[in-house]
Amino acid sequence: MKNSVEIFELLKEKFGDSVISLEKDAPTEPIIICAPLEIHKISTFLRDNEELKFDSLMCLSGVDDANGSKTKDADGLETISGGTLSVYYHLHSVELNHKITIKVTTDRENPQVESVENIWKCADWHEREAFDMFGFNFLNHPDLRRILMPYDWEAGYPLRKDYKNPEFYQGMKVPY
Amino acid sequence: MGLLDKEFSDGNIVIAPVEDLLNWARLSSIWQLGFGLACCAIEMMATSASHYDFDRFGVIPRNTPRQADAIIISGTVTFKMATRIKRLYEQIPDPKYIISMGSCANCGGPYWEHGYHVLKGIDRVIPVDVYVPGCPPRPEALLEGLLKLQEKIRNESLRTKTV
Repeated sequence: MKNSVEIFELLKEKFGDSVISLEKDAPTEPIIICAPLEIHKISTFLRDNEELKFDSLMCLSGVDDANGSKTKDADGLETISGGTLSVYYHLHSVELNHKITIKVTTDRENPQVESVENIWKCADWHEREAFDMFGFNFLNHPDLRRILMPYDWEAGYPLRKDYKNPEFYQGMKVPY
Repeated sequence: MGLLDKEFSDGNIVIAPVEDLLNWARLSSIWQLGFGLACCAIEMMATSASHYDFDRFGVIPRNTPRQADAIIISGTVTFKMATRIKRLYEQIPDPKYIISMGSCANCGGPYWEHGYHVLKGIDRVIPVDVYVPGCPPRPEALLEGLLKLQEKIRNESLRTKTV
């Protein structure tokens, strides 16, 4: 069993600048921040290293940080330009009984993150959901299409903070 | 019950208008499409089960729309499901009836404002005969909805579907 500082030191030693920092003072569990285009390598190490053995991806979730510049239109609806989106990975090792949270932050306009689907199979649908709701482009994902919204949904990504409802979908009125 | 109250004129012969006979037959065997959407479906199943016994009104769930007379929209209708429901509705042979069960199917329910994925009322897609309010409605409420539908069918004429 390892604590977050030990896990961070282990990762830092192995991957250097790809592992950015450790957030330990947040009211949540400790978070290690990594580079979005190195997450596949880091995840493989997290799973296979004898001292870590993170065999279970408990949850993978997207977050809209909504930290870009906000402009309001005439109806009071906000549009956000710039800023970042984040993906959180909650990992658990059943064998060693320790946990860690990994976070990667990516550009909101072109959100690219490496897929971890071939490391933890359960990431397949989690990543599809994150794509469906936030529009992440998970590189090397084998089947990146919408999972909850209709396949032909063109109105954007509903959980983004500046999402706007369309007037109609296939002839059905959307607003109340 | 209408038909059976009529007097027996000769032997075992009942004389009645053909309209009454057809309506009586229809309202006494409303076969519903075995179709549930959300928590309302749990109440619908409870209504079908022995305690409330939908079957005593002739309501039997059928597994294909081609053998069904009615569909109970029991739950939240997402846009993705709405296109499927429309197709199921079109596959039911005429005459067909629709009971909209619960707030979600009636008007979007708790999703009316922020439900980006929810159709705000099934009547935007298919015509509804009876609305049953509630979230979810108790089995008694659904039974009353069914009785209302039977009342509606009893007053139909051959020329028009509903009065």
